[in-house]
Amino acid sequence: MDNYEFHWNVVFDAFPQLLSGAYTTIHVSVLSMLIGIVIAVLLALGKMSTTKAFYHVANIWIEIARNTPALFLIYMAYFGLGAYGIHLSPYFSVLCALIFINAGYLAETFRGGFQSIPQTQYSAAKSLGMNNMKVYRYIILPQMFRRIYHPMTNQFVWSILMSSLGILVGMNELSGETQRLQSSSFRTLEFFIVAAAMYFVITKLVLFGSNLVAKKIFKGEVS
Amino acid sequence: MNLFTPLSWNDTGFILTGILNTVYISIVAIVIGSLLGLVVGFLRAESNKSINMLLGALLDVLRSVPLIIQLILFSTFIGVMGFPLPPFYAGAIILSLYTMAFMSEVFRSGFNSVPGSMVQAARSLGMSYFQTIWYIRVPIGMRAVFPSWLGVALSVIKDSALVSVIGYMELLRTAEQLISRTQQPLMILIGVGVFYFMISYPLSRYGKYIERKMEL
Repeated sequence: MDNYEFHWNVVFDAFPQLLSGAYTTIHVSVLSMLIGIVIAVLLALGKMSTTKAFYHVANIWIEIARNTPALFLIYMAYFGLGAYGIHLSPYFSVLCALIFINAGYLAETFRGGFQSIPQTQYSAAKSLGMNNMKVYRYIILPQMFRRIYHPMTNQFVWSILMSSLGILVGMNELSGETQRLQSSSFRTLEFFIVAAAMYFVITKLVLFGSNLVAKKIFKGEVS
Repeated sequence: MNLFTPLSWNDTGFILTGILNTVYISIVAIVIGSLLGLVVGFLRAESNKSINMLLGALLDVLRSVPLIIQLILFSTFIGVMGFPLPPFYAGAIILSLYTMAFMSEVFRSGFNSVPGSMVQAARSLGMSYFQTIWYIRVPIGMRAVFPSWLGVALSVIKDSALVSVIGYMELLRTAEQLISRTQQPLMILIGVGVFYFMISYPLSRYGKYIERKMEL
C-alpha cells in the first residue's frame, strides 16, 4: 500500500457517467423484472396446466433458467443467437438473459405462492356466493401477493446485481461504464470502489423502499 | 448454417481442464465457505445484538455488491498491495467469502431452529456446553437446513463461472477461447450449458425430494 496513491479526482470528474451507468443498470433490471413477471405468470399457469405441450414448454424453460449460470445465458444471447443471424446489442442480450432467468425463478415463486393457499378457502368463498372472479380478486390473490412479495423483491435485487455481467459483453451499465472509464485513466481500484459503493447504495435503497411499501400495504401483517 | 465444427479431438483435453477447474474451484469455495459460514452462523445465533449488527453489516456488503465487482476489486487490490496471487487463489478467496455470506444465514436459521428446551435437556443430562453444540445443535440444526444449503451450493457452482473475469481458466472461459478460434459459438455454448445443467439439475431435484420428505 505504501507506494500506491489514490487519485479520487478522476473518479469525481467521471461521476456523471457513472450515474448514467447506474441509470442503465436500474433501467435494465426494472424492465427485465416487469417483462419477467408477465412471462412468469404464463409459465406458472403452464406448470399447473393439464395440457401436455404447455406444461413441457413451461417446465423446460423453468429448469434451464434455474440450472444454468446467468453468464452462460448472456453469452448464449450475445454469441449463440448470432449463429441464427440474430445479432443482439449488448443491452438487449443482457436484457433477454435476465428476462429469461427472472421468468424462470418467478414462475416457481408464483406457483409456490398459489399452492400455499389451501383449496378449502376457494370452496368456502364459493359457498358464500362469490363468483370465480371475486374469489380470486378478494380471497386468493391478496394472500398470494403477500407471500410472493419478498421473494419478488429478492429477485429484483438479484437482477440489479446480475446486470453487472454486462461488463463482459461491453454493455454500458454501471460496471461496464466503470470498466470503460478505468481503462482510459488506469485508476482501476478507485473506480471499482466507487462502483461497489454505488451498487451497495442502490441495493439498500431498493430493500428500504420495498420494506416501506410492504408496511404500507400489508399494514404490519407481513407473512 | 454450418454445424460441422472444426473442433478436433485435441480440444477435448482443453475443455476437460476447464471442466475440472470449474469443479475444483466450486468444491473449494463450497467447503471453505460452509465451514466459515458455520462458524459465523453460530456466532450470529449466539451473540448479542450489537455484535450481530456488526457481523450482519459486514456480510451485507458481500451480499449487495456484485460478485464480479468483488473479484475485480480484490485482484486489483492485491496487485496494488504488491503481492499478486494466481487467479485460482484470488478467485477461491472471494468465492469462499461470498459463499460464507450466504451460508452463515442458512446455518444461523439452522441453529435457531433447534428448540432451547432440547439444549437444556442435553445440559441436564450432563453434557458440557461444547458437547451440546457438537452432538445436539450442529447435527439437528444442520439437518433442518440441508435443502437450503444445497440451494446455496448450487448457486455457487453457477457463480463460479464469474471467476473467469480475473483470468481463471474455468469452463466458460475455455469455451470462450474455443469460440474465438473456431467461430462456432452455438455448438460449444450448448455443450457448456448441458454440462452445467447435468450437474445442477439432479442436485436440485434431490434437494426438492429431501424438502418434500422433511415436510411429511
